[in-house]
Amino acid sequence: MKQALSGHRGWGPAWRDAEPKSAYDIIIVGGGGHGLATAHYLAKVYGITKVAVVEKGWIGSGNAGRNTTIIRSNYLLPGNNPFYEFSMKLWEGLEQDVNYNAMVSQRGVLNLYHSDAQRDAYARRGNAMRMHGVDAELLDRDAVRRLVPFMDFDNARFPIQGGLLQRRGGTARHDAVVWGYARAASDRGVDIIQNCEVTGFLRDGDRVVGVETTRGAIKAKKVGMAVAGNTTKVARLAGLKLPIESHVLQAFVSEAIKPFIAGVVTFGAGHFYISQSDKGGLVFGGDIDGYNSYAQRGNLPIVEDVCEGGMAVMPAIGRVRMLRSWGGIMDMSMDGSPIIDHAPMPGLYLNTGWCYGGFKATPASGYCFAHLLARDVAHPTATAFRLDRYATGHLIDEKGSGAQANLH
Amino acid sequence: MRIPCPFCGDRDLTEFTYLGDATIARPDPEGPDAAQRFYEAVYLRDNPAGLLDELWYHGAGCRTWLRVTRNTVTHEVRGAVFANPHAATGAGA
Repeated sequence: MKQALSGHRGWGPAWRDAEPKSAYDIIIVGGGGHGLATAHYLAKVYGITKVAVVEKGWIGSGNAGRNTTIIRSNYLLPGNNPFYEFSMKLWEGLEQDVNYNAMVSQRGVLNLYHSDAQRDAYARRGNAMRMHGVDAELLDRDAVRRLVPFMDFDNARFPIQGGLLQRRGGTARHDAVVWGYARAASDRGVDIIQNCEVTGFLRDGDRVVGVETTRGAIKAKKVGMAVAGNTTKVARLAGLKLPIESHVLQAFVSEAIKPFIAGVVTFGAGHFYISQSDKGGLVFGGDIDGYNSYAQRGNLPIVEDVCEGGMAVMPAIGRVRMLRSWGGIMDMSMDGSPIIDHAPMPGLYLNTGWCYGGFKATPASGYCFAHLLARDVAHPTATAFRLDRYATGHLIDEKGSGAQANLH
Repeated sequence: MRIPCPFCGDRDLTEFTYLGDATIARPDPEGPDAAQRFYEAVYLRDNPAGLLDELWYHGAGCRTWLRVTRNTVTHEVRGAVFANPHAATGAGA
Protein backbone atom coordinates (compact mmCIF):
# COMPACT_ATOMS: atom_id res chain seq x y z
CA MET A 1 0.00 0.00 0.00
CA LYS A 2 2.75 2.42 0.98
CA GLN A 3 4.55 1.68 -2.30
CA ALA A 4 1.42 2.28 -4.31
CA LEU A 5 1.04 5.75 -2.78
CA SER A 6 4.71 6.72 -3.13
CA GLY A 7 5.27 5.90 -6.80
CA HIS A 8 6.93 2.50 -6.20
CA ARG A 9 10.29 4.18 -5.51
CA GLY A 10 11.02 2.49 -2.19
CA TRP A 11 11.47 -1.18 -3.16
CA GLY A 12 14.69 -2.86 -2.05
CA PRO A 13 16.27 -5.93 -3.67
CA ALA A 14 14.47 -9.16 -2.75
CA TRP A 15 17.67 -11.15 -2.35
CA ARG A 16 21.35 -10.56 -1.65
CA ASP A 17 23.55 -10.21 -4.74
CA ALA A 18 26.39 -12.14 -3.10
CA GLU A 19 30.14 -12.14 -3.69
CA PRO A 20 31.65 -15.60 -4.13
CA LYS A 21 33.29 -17.13 -1.05
CA SER A 22 36.21 -19.51 -1.39
CA ALA A 23 34.30 -22.69 -0.53
CA TYR A 24 30.78 -24.08 -0.11
CA ASP A 25 29.22 -27.41 0.71
CA ILE A 26 27.29 -27.39 -2.55
CA ILE A 27 27.53 -25.27 -5.69
CA ILE A 28 24.65 -25.21 -8.13
CA VAL A 29 25.56 -24.11 -11.63
CA GLY A 30 22.65 -22.25 -13.23
CA GLY A 31 20.43 -19.62 -11.62
CA GLY A 32 17.21 -20.47 -13.38
CA GLY A 33 14.06 -21.85 -11.85
CA HIS A 34 15.49 -25.33 -11.36
CA GLY A 35 18.77 -24.16 -9.83
CA LEU A 36 17.13 -21.71 -7.43
CA ALA A 37 14.44 -24.24 -6.47
CA THR A 38 17.22 -26.71 -5.70
CA ALA A 39 18.91 -24.16 -3.45
CA HIS A 40 15.64 -23.38 -1.68
CA TYR A 41 14.83 -27.02 -0.92
CA LEU A 42 18.43 -27.77 0.07
CA ALA A 43 18.20 -25.00 2.64
CA LYS A 44 14.64 -25.54 3.81
CA VAL A 45 14.09 -29.30 3.63
CA TYR A 46 17.59 -30.71 3.87
CA GLY A 47 19.13 -28.07 6.15
CA ILE A 48 22.16 -27.36 3.95
CA THR A 49 22.72 -23.62 3.72
CA LYS A 50 26.39 -23.35 2.72
CA VAL A 51 25.18 -23.31 -0.86
CA ALA A 52 26.02 -21.08 -3.80
CA VAL A 53 24.05 -20.65 -7.02
CA VAL A 54 26.35 -19.40 -9.77
CA GLU A 55 24.73 -17.85 -12.83
CA LYS A 56 26.53 -16.54 -15.90
CA GLY A 57 23.97 -13.78 -16.57
CA TRP A 58 21.22 -12.63 -14.26
CA ILE A 59 18.89 -15.09 -12.54
CA GLY A 60 15.97 -16.26 -14.64
CA SER A 61 17.56 -14.98 -17.86
CA GLY A 62 17.47 -18.31 -19.67
CA ASN A 63 14.53 -20.61 -20.19
CA ALA A 64 12.91 -19.53 -16.91
CA GLY A 65 12.14 -16.29 -18.73
CA ARG A 66 11.32 -17.87 -22.09
CA ASN A 67 8.61 -20.44 -21.38
CA THR A 68 4.84 -20.28 -21.72
CA THR A 69 4.20 -20.66 -17.96
CA ILE A 70 2.04 -23.79 -18.11
CA ILE A 71 1.82 -26.17 -15.17
CA ARG A 72 0.23 -29.62 -15.46
CA SER A 73 0.77 -33.25 -14.49
CA ASN A 74 -1.09 -35.10 -17.25
CA TYR A 75 1.55 -37.77 -17.80
CA LEU A 76 1.02 -41.39 -18.74
CA LEU A 77 4.11 -43.40 -17.84
CA PRO A 78 4.92 -44.72 -14.34
CA GLY A 79 8.39 -43.09 -14.34
CA ASN A 80 6.98 -39.66 -15.11
CA ASN A 81 3.56 -39.51 -13.52
CA PRO A 82 4.44 -39.52 -9.79
CA PHE A 83 7.19 -36.97 -10.39
CA TYR A 84 5.02 -34.47 -12.24
CA GLU A 85 2.18 -34.93 -9.76
CA PHE A 86 4.66 -34.25 -6.96
CA SER A 87 5.52 -31.08 -8.85
CA MET A 88 1.85 -30.17 -9.17
CA LYS A 89 1.37 -30.58 -5.42
CA LEU A 90 4.40 -28.38 -4.77
CA TRP A 91 2.93 -25.75 -7.12
CA GLU A 92 -0.27 -25.83 -5.08
CA GLY A 93 1.63 -24.94 -1.91
CA LEU A 94 4.40 -22.87 -3.47
CA GLU A 95 3.24 -19.41 -2.55
CA GLN A 96 2.88 -20.29 1.14
CA ASP A 97 6.18 -22.19 1.05
CA VAL A 98 8.31 -19.36 -0.34
CA ASN A 99 6.04 -16.51 0.81
CA TYR A 100 5.87 -14.96 -2.64
CA ASN A 101 2.96 -14.43 -4.99
CA ALA A 102 3.76 -16.68 -7.94
CA MET A 103 0.30 -16.15 -9.45
CA VAL A 104 -0.35 -19.89 -9.56
CA SER A 105 -3.68 -20.16 -11.36
CA GLN A 106 -5.34 -23.57 -11.69
CA ARG A 107 -7.44 -22.61 -14.67
CA GLY A 108 -7.37 -26.06 -16.31
CA VAL A 109 -5.43 -27.66 -19.15
CA LEU A 110 -7.48 -29.10 -22.00
CA ASN A 111 -5.97 -31.44 -24.62
CA LEU A 112 -8.18 -31.72 -27.69
CA TYR A 113 -8.82 -34.97 -29.56
CA HIS A 114 -10.06 -35.36 -33.10
CA SER A 115 -10.46 -39.06 -33.78
CA ASP A 116 -11.57 -42.28 -32.09
CA ALA A 117 -7.97 -43.43 -31.82
CA GLN A 118 -6.88 -40.21 -30.18
CA ARG A 119 -9.87 -40.39 -27.80
CA ASP A 120 -8.85 -43.90 -26.78
CA ALA A 121 -5.29 -42.74 -26.21
CA TYR A 122 -6.51 -39.89 -24.01
CA ALA A 123 -8.91 -42.23 -22.16
CA ARG A 124 -5.90 -44.42 -21.40
CA ARG A 125 -3.86 -41.43 -20.30
CA GLY A 126 -6.71 -40.13 -18.14
CA ASN A 127 -7.14 -43.55 -16.53
CA ALA A 128 -3.41 -43.79 -15.84
CA MET A 129 -3.52 -40.35 -14.25
CA ARG A 130 -6.48 -41.23 -12.04
CA MET A 131 -4.87 -44.50 -10.96
CA HIS A 132 -1.93 -42.38 -9.76
CA GLY A 133 -4.28 -40.02 -7.93
CA VAL A 134 -4.15 -37.25 -10.51
CA ASP A 135 -7.36 -35.55 -11.60
CA ALA A 136 -8.47 -36.14 -15.19
CA GLU A 137 -11.76 -35.80 -17.02
CA LEU A 138 -12.54 -37.04 -20.50
CA LEU A 139 -14.88 -34.53 -22.10
CA ASP A 140 -17.13 -35.08 -25.08
CA ARG A 141 -17.70 -32.52 -27.79
CA ASP A 142 -20.55 -30.73 -26.03
CA ALA A 143 -18.61 -30.41 -22.80
CA VAL A 144 -15.65 -28.93 -24.69
CA ARG A 145 -18.01 -26.58 -26.49
CA ARG A 146 -19.30 -25.29 -23.16
CA LEU A 147 -15.74 -24.54 -22.05
CA VAL A 148 -14.32 -23.10 -25.26
CA PRO A 149 -17.24 -22.31 -27.59
CA PHE A 150 -15.34 -20.29 -30.18
CA MET A 151 -13.21 -23.05 -31.70
CA ASP A 152 -13.71 -24.52 -35.18
CA PHE A 153 -15.47 -27.72 -34.10
CA ASP A 154 -16.25 -28.77 -37.68
CA ASN A 155 -12.76 -28.29 -39.07
CA ALA A 156 -12.52 -30.48 -42.18
CA ARG A 157 -9.19 -32.08 -41.23
CA PHE A 158 -9.35 -32.07 -37.42
CA PRO A 159 -12.99 -31.89 -36.26
CA ILE A 160 -13.04 -31.57 -32.47
CA GLN A 161 -14.56 -34.65 -30.84
CA GLY A 162 -13.67 -33.82 -27.25
CA GLY A 163 -10.78 -33.35 -24.90
CA LEU A 164 -8.90 -34.53 -21.84
CA LEU A 165 -9.14 -31.96 -19.08
CA GLN A 166 -6.93 -31.59 -16.04
CA ARG A 167 -8.66 -28.96 -13.93
CA ARG A 168 -5.76 -28.62 -11.48
CA GLY A 169 -3.41 -27.65 -14.30
CA GLY A 170 -2.99 -24.05 -15.30
CA THR A 171 -0.37 -21.34 -15.33
CA ALA A 172 2.06 -19.60 -12.99
CA ARG A 173 4.00 -16.37 -13.30
CA HIS A 174 7.48 -17.47 -14.47
CA ASP A 175 9.50 -14.50 -13.18
CA ALA A 176 7.77 -14.58 -9.81
CA VAL A 177 8.71 -18.26 -9.46
CA VAL A 178 12.37 -17.37 -9.98
CA TRP A 179 12.24 -14.38 -7.66
CA GLY A 180 10.27 -16.26 -5.00
CA TYR A 181 12.74 -19.13 -4.88
CA ALA A 182 15.66 -16.68 -4.97
CA ARG A 183 14.39 -14.67 -2.03
CA ALA A 184 13.46 -17.73 0.01
CA ALA A 185 16.86 -19.34 -0.61
CA SER A 186 18.77 -16.11 -0.01
CA ASP A 187 16.95 -15.51 3.30
CA ARG A 188 18.18 -18.91 4.49
CA GLY A 189 21.79 -18.08 3.68
CA VAL A 190 22.23 -19.29 0.12
CA ASP A 191 24.60 -17.10 -1.93
CA ILE A 192 23.22 -16.14 -5.33
CA ILE A 193 26.17 -15.09 -7.48
CA GLN A 194 25.28 -13.48 -10.78
CA ASN A 195 27.54 -12.62 -13.74
CA CYS A 196 29.67 -15.59 -12.79
CA GLU A 197 30.20 -18.01 -15.65
CA VAL A 198 31.66 -21.45 -15.02
CA THR A 199 34.77 -21.90 -17.18
CA GLY A 200 36.04 -25.20 -15.81
CA PHE A 201 35.88 -27.71 -13.00
CA LEU A 202 38.38 -28.11 -10.17
CA ARG A 203 39.46 -31.74 -10.01
CA ASP A 204 41.15 -33.90 -7.41
CA GLY A 205 41.97 -36.97 -9.44
CA ASP A 206 38.64 -38.06 -10.85
CA ARG A 207 36.56 -36.17 -8.30
CA VAL A 208 35.02 -32.77 -8.99
CA VAL A 209 35.89 -30.47 -6.06
CA GLY A 210 34.70 -27.09 -7.28
CA VAL A 211 34.38 -24.78 -10.25
CA GLU A 212 36.57 -22.28 -12.07
CA THR A 213 34.57 -19.18 -12.84
CA THR A 214 35.00 -15.76 -14.39
CA ARG A 215 35.04 -14.51 -10.79
CA GLY A 216 37.68 -16.94 -9.55
CA ALA A 217 37.83 -20.53 -8.35
CA ILE A 218 35.22 -21.73 -5.84
CA LYS A 219 35.62 -25.01 -3.96
CA ALA A 220 32.73 -27.27 -3.09
CA LYS A 221 32.14 -30.78 -1.79
CA LYS A 222 29.49 -31.28 -4.46
CA VAL A 223 28.63 -29.50 -7.71
CA GLY A 224 25.19 -29.73 -9.32
CA MET A 225 24.48 -28.70 -12.90
CA ALA A 226 21.08 -27.21 -13.83
CA VAL A 227 21.94 -25.36 -17.02
CA ALA A 228 19.28 -26.57 -19.50
CA GLY A 229 20.32 -25.82 -23.09
CA ASN A 230 23.94 -25.24 -22.09
CA THR A 231 24.27 -28.71 -20.54
CA THR A 232 26.58 -30.00 -23.27
CA LYS A 233 28.87 -26.97 -23.03
CA VAL A 234 29.26 -27.21 -19.25
CA ALA A 235 29.50 -31.02 -19.23
CA ARG A 236 32.27 -30.85 -21.82
CA LEU A 237 34.33 -28.85 -19.31
CA ALA A 238 34.23 -31.98 -17.16
CA GLY A 239 35.04 -34.23 -20.13
CA LEU A 240 31.52 -35.63 -20.26
CA LYS A 241 29.52 -36.49 -23.38
CA LEU A 242 25.75 -36.74 -22.82
CA PRO A 243 22.62 -37.92 -24.66
CA ILE A 244 21.51 -34.32 -25.14
CA GLU A 245 21.00 -32.09 -28.17
CA SER A 246 20.30 -28.37 -27.92
CA HIS A 247 17.31 -27.21 -29.96
CA VAL A 248 15.47 -23.92 -30.25
CA LEU A 249 11.80 -23.71 -29.26
CA GLN A 250 9.87 -20.57 -30.12
CA ALA A 251 6.98 -18.96 -28.26
CA PHE A 252 4.72 -16.07 -29.07
CA VAL A 253 2.52 -13.47 -27.44
CA SER A 254 -0.17 -11.31 -28.98
CA GLU A 255 -1.33 -7.83 -28.09
CA ALA A 256 -3.49 -7.74 -24.96
CA ILE A 257 -7.21 -8.35 -25.39
CA LYS A 258 -10.12 -8.73 -22.97
CA PRO A 259 -10.55 -12.11 -21.23
CA PHE A 260 -11.11 -14.66 -23.99
CA ILE A 261 -9.53 -18.03 -23.24
CA ALA A 262 -10.22 -19.24 -19.70
CA GLY A 263 -7.69 -22.06 -19.45
CA VAL A 264 -4.92 -23.69 -21.45
CA VAL A 265 -5.95 -25.35 -24.72
CA THR A 266 -3.63 -27.68 -26.60
CA PHE A 267 -4.19 -28.70 -30.20
CA GLY A 268 -1.57 -31.42 -30.44
CA ALA A 269 -2.65 -32.58 -33.86
CA GLY A 270 -1.91 -29.11 -35.21
CA HIS A 271 1.21 -28.46 -33.13
CA PHE A 272 -0.33 -25.56 -31.27
CA TYR A 273 -1.23 -24.62 -27.72
CA ILE A 274 -2.50 -21.40 -26.22
CA SER A 275 -3.47 -19.65 -23.02
CA GLN A 276 -4.14 -16.06 -22.06
CA SER A 277 -1.92 -14.23 -19.62
CA ASP A 278 -3.33 -12.12 -16.82
CA LYS A 279 -2.17 -9.07 -18.77
CA GLY A 280 -4.44 -10.16 -21.61
CA GLY A 281 -1.91 -11.30 -24.18
CA LEU A 282 -2.48 -14.63 -25.89
CA VAL A 283 0.56 -16.79 -25.12
CA PHE A 284 1.08 -19.60 -27.60
CA GLY A 285 3.60 -21.94 -29.12
CA GLY A 286 4.14 -25.13 -31.07
CA ASP A 287 6.99 -27.41 -32.04
CA ILE A 288 10.74 -26.99 -31.82
CA ASP A 289 12.36 -25.70 -35.02
CA GLY A 290 13.87 -29.15 -35.47
CA TYR A 291 17.59 -28.53 -35.95
CA ASN A 292 20.42 -28.13 -33.43
CA SER A 293 20.68 -24.55 -32.25
CA TYR A 294 22.13 -22.37 -29.53
CA ALA A 295 20.78 -19.18 -31.10
CA GLN A 296 17.83 -18.30 -28.78
CA ARG A 297 15.91 -17.28 -31.88
CA GLY A 298 14.16 -19.40 -34.46
CA ASN A 299 13.22 -19.19 -38.12
CA LEU A 300 10.07 -18.04 -39.86
CA PRO A 301 8.71 -21.40 -41.11
CA ILE A 302 7.85 -22.37 -37.52
CA VAL A 303 6.23 -18.97 -36.91
CA GLU A 304 4.03 -19.65 -39.92
CA ASP A 305 3.38 -23.26 -38.85
CA VAL A 306 2.30 -22.28 -35.33
CA CYS A 307 0.06 -19.47 -36.54
CA GLU A 308 -1.53 -21.80 -39.09
CA GLY A 309 -2.27 -24.25 -36.29
CA GLY A 310 -3.85 -21.47 -34.28
CA MET A 311 -5.96 -20.30 -37.19
CA ALA A 312 -7.14 -23.84 -37.86
CA VAL A 313 -8.47 -24.44 -34.36
CA MET A 314 -9.38 -20.87 -33.32
CA PRO A 315 -10.12 -18.77 -36.39
CA ALA A 316 -11.14 -15.83 -34.18
CA ILE A 317 -7.56 -15.13 -33.13
CA GLY A 318 -6.66 -14.23 -36.71
CA ARG A 319 -7.67 -10.64 -36.05
CA VAL A 320 -5.31 -10.29 -33.10
CA ARG A 321 -1.86 -8.99 -33.90
CA MET A 322 1.21 -10.89 -32.79
CA LEU A 323 3.33 -8.77 -30.49
CA ARG A 324 6.52 -10.70 -29.84
CA SER A 325 8.21 -14.01 -30.50
CA TRP A 326 11.27 -15.43 -28.83
CA GLY A 327 13.30 -18.61 -28.67
CA GLY A 328 14.75 -20.67 -25.84
CA ILE A 329 17.39 -23.38 -26.03
CA MET A 330 16.01 -26.74 -24.95
CA ASP A 331 18.12 -29.54 -23.52
CA MET A 332 16.52 -32.25 -25.65
CA SER A 333 17.22 -35.67 -24.21
CA MET A 334 17.09 -38.60 -26.57
CA ASP A 335 13.88 -40.10 -25.12
CA GLY A 336 12.19 -36.82 -24.26
CA SER A 337 12.43 -37.34 -20.49
CA PRO A 338 14.71 -35.69 -17.94
CA ILE A 339 17.87 -36.86 -16.18
CA ILE A 340 18.39 -36.26 -12.46
CA ASP A 341 21.36 -38.40 -11.54
CA HIS A 342 25.00 -38.66 -10.50
CA ALA A 343 27.50 -37.86 -13.23
CA PRO A 344 29.97 -40.70 -13.92
CA MET A 345 32.63 -38.86 -11.88
CA PRO A 346 32.20 -38.36 -8.09
CA GLY A 347 31.26 -34.90 -6.86
CA LEU A 348 29.26 -33.91 -9.96
CA TYR A 349 25.47 -34.16 -10.29
CA LEU A 350 23.28 -33.71 -13.36
CA ASN A 351 19.88 -32.12 -13.77
CA THR A 352 19.10 -31.95 -17.47
CA GLY A 353 17.05 -33.24 -20.39
CA TRP A 354 13.93 -31.19 -19.68
CA CYS A 355 13.15 -30.83 -23.37
CA TYR A 356 10.29 -28.39 -23.74
CA GLY A 357 8.65 -29.27 -20.41
CA GLY A 358 10.96 -27.77 -17.82
CA PHE A 359 8.80 -25.03 -16.35
CA LYS A 360 6.05 -27.22 -14.89
CA ALA A 361 8.73 -29.45 -13.37
CA THR A 362 10.53 -26.58 -11.60
CA PRO A 363 9.47 -27.34 -7.99
CA ALA A 364 9.89 -31.13 -8.15
CA SER A 365 13.08 -30.85 -10.16
CA GLY A 366 14.51 -28.63 -7.45
CA TYR A 367 13.21 -30.86 -4.65
CA CYS A 368 14.48 -34.10 -6.20
CA PHE A 369 17.82 -32.60 -7.19
CA ALA A 370 18.23 -31.27 -3.65
CA HIS A 371 17.42 -34.77 -2.34
CA LEU A 372 20.05 -36.31 -4.61
CA LEU A 373 22.66 -33.70 -3.67
CA ALA A 374 21.95 -34.00 0.05
CA ARG A 375 21.44 -37.76 0.42
CA ASP A 376 23.25 -39.20 -2.63
CA VAL A 377 20.22 -41.30 -3.53
CA ALA A 378 17.40 -40.48 -5.93
CA HIS A 379 14.16 -39.06 -4.53
CA PRO A 380 11.42 -41.75 -4.64
CA THR A 381 9.54 -39.89 -7.40
CA ALA A 382 12.65 -39.46 -9.59
CA THR A 383 14.20 -42.92 -9.57
CA ALA A 384 13.53 -43.47 -13.27
CA PHE A 385 15.45 -40.40 -14.44
CA ARG A 386 18.78 -42.23 -14.61
CA LEU A 387 21.62 -41.31 -16.92
CA ASP A 388 22.38 -44.96 -17.71
CA ARG A 389 18.86 -45.75 -18.96
CA TYR A 390 19.95 -45.13 -22.56
CA ALA A 391 22.59 -47.83 -22.29
CA THR A 392 20.34 -50.28 -20.45
CA GLY A 393 17.23 -49.69 -22.56
CA HIS A 394 15.00 -48.37 -19.76
CA LEU A 395 13.86 -45.37 -21.79
CA ILE A 396 10.93 -43.22 -20.65
CA ASP A 397 9.26 -42.83 -23.95
CA GLU A 398 6.35 -40.58 -23.03
CA LYS A 399 5.85 -38.91 -26.37
CA GLY A 400 7.76 -41.22 -28.66
CA SER A 401 10.17 -38.45 -29.50
CA GLY A 402 13.23 -36.85 -28.02
CA ALA A 403 15.44 -34.54 -30.01
CA GLN A 404 14.08 -36.36 -33.04
CA ALA A 405 11.17 -38.69 -33.49
CA ASN A 406 13.20 -41.35 -35.27
CA LEU A 407 15.37 -42.47 -32.39
CA HIS A 408 13.12 -45.05 -30.76
CA MET B 1 17.76 -19.95 -43.20
CA ARG B 2 18.54 -20.93 -46.80
CA ILE B 3 20.54 -23.96 -47.83
CA PRO B 4 22.66 -23.91 -51.03
CA CYS B 5 21.73 -27.25 -52.57
CA PRO B 6 24.51 -28.29 -54.99
CA PHE B 7 21.89 -29.48 -57.50
CA CYS B 8 18.97 -27.02 -57.09
CA GLY B 9 20.75 -23.89 -55.88
CA ASP B 10 19.85 -21.69 -52.92
CA ARG B 11 16.57 -22.99 -51.43
CA ASP B 12 14.39 -22.15 -48.43
CA LEU B 13 14.55 -24.12 -45.18
CA THR B 14 10.98 -25.41 -45.62
CA GLU B 15 12.08 -27.65 -48.52
CA PHE B 16 14.40 -29.65 -46.27
CA THR B 17 14.11 -32.24 -43.50
CA TYR B 18 16.69 -32.50 -40.75
CA LEU B 19 18.41 -35.66 -39.61
CA GLY B 20 21.25 -34.33 -37.47
CA ASP B 21 24.95 -34.84 -36.88
CA ALA B 22 26.59 -36.17 -40.05
CA THR B 23 29.80 -37.22 -38.38
CA ILE B 24 28.31 -40.27 -36.66
CA ALA B 25 29.20 -43.50 -38.43
CA ARG B 26 27.35 -46.76 -38.00
CA PRO B 27 29.53 -49.03 -35.85
CA ASP B 28 30.57 -52.51 -36.90
CA PRO B 29 27.82 -54.84 -35.59
CA GLU B 30 30.34 -57.71 -35.54
CA GLY B 31 32.83 -55.76 -33.40
CA PRO B 32 33.69 -56.98 -29.90
CA ASP B 33 32.29 -53.84 -28.23
CA ALA B 34 29.36 -53.42 -30.64
CA ALA B 35 26.71 -52.82 -27.94
CA GLN B 36 28.68 -50.00 -26.37
CA ARG B 37 29.54 -48.48 -29.76
CA PHE B 38 25.90 -48.57 -30.89
CA TYR B 39 24.83 -46.92 -27.63
CA GLU B 40 27.33 -44.14 -28.29
CA ALA B 41 26.29 -43.75 -31.93
CA VAL B 42 22.56 -43.69 -31.21
CA TYR B 43 22.47 -41.59 -28.05
CA LEU B 44 25.61 -39.60 -27.33
CA ARG B 45 26.12 -36.30 -29.14
CA ASP B 46 28.90 -33.73 -29.39
CA ASN B 47 26.16 -31.09 -29.74
CA PRO B 48 28.68 -28.32 -30.51
CA ALA B 49 27.98 -24.60 -30.13
CA GLY B 50 29.52 -23.56 -33.42
CA LEU B 51 30.13 -25.33 -36.72
CA LEU B 52 28.34 -28.64 -37.16
CA ASP B 53 28.28 -30.99 -40.17
CA GLU B 54 24.75 -32.27 -40.47
CA LEU B 55 22.48 -34.26 -42.78
CA TRP B 56 19.53 -32.56 -44.49
CA TYR B 57 17.18 -34.20 -46.99
CA HIS B 58 15.98 -32.02 -49.87
CA GLY B 59 12.51 -33.56 -50.01
CA ALA B 60 10.81 -30.72 -51.89
CA GLY B 61 13.65 -30.43 -54.40
CA CYS B 62 16.09 -32.94 -55.85
CA ARG B 63 15.36 -35.50 -53.09
CA THR B 64 19.00 -36.12 -52.29
CA TRP B 65 20.70 -36.18 -48.92
CA LEU B 66 23.02 -33.25 -48.30
CA ARG B 67 25.87 -32.74 -45.89
CA VAL B 68 25.45 -29.16 -44.71
CA THR B 69 27.97 -27.21 -42.63
CA ARG B 70 26.09 -24.81 -40.38
CA ASN B 71 26.85 -22.67 -37.36
CA THR B 72 24.50 -23.63 -34.52
CA VAL B 73 25.03 -20.30 -32.75
CA THR B 74 24.30 -17.95 -35.66
CA HIS B 75 22.36 -20.26 -38.06
CA GLU B 76 24.86 -19.25 -40.79
CA VAL B 77 25.05 -21.97 -43.46
CA ARG B 78 28.65 -22.33 -44.67
CA GLY B 79 28.01 -24.75 -47.52
CA ALA B 80 26.43 -27.99 -48.66
CA VAL B 81 27.65 -31.02 -50.60
CA PHE B 82 25.98 -34.29 -51.56
CA ALA B 83 26.11 -36.72 -48.66
CA ASN B 84 26.73 -39.50 -51.17
CA PRO B 85 29.78 -38.48 -53.23
CA HIS B 86 28.43 -40.47 -56.20
CA ALA B 87 25.16 -38.49 -56.31
CA ALA B 88 26.67 -35.71 -58.46
CA THR B 89 27.85 -37.98 -61.28
CA GLY B 90 24.42 -39.43 -62.05
CA ALA B 91 22.59 -36.11 -61.66
CA GLY B 92 24.47 -34.25 -64.39
CA ALA B 93 24.85 -31.22 -62.16
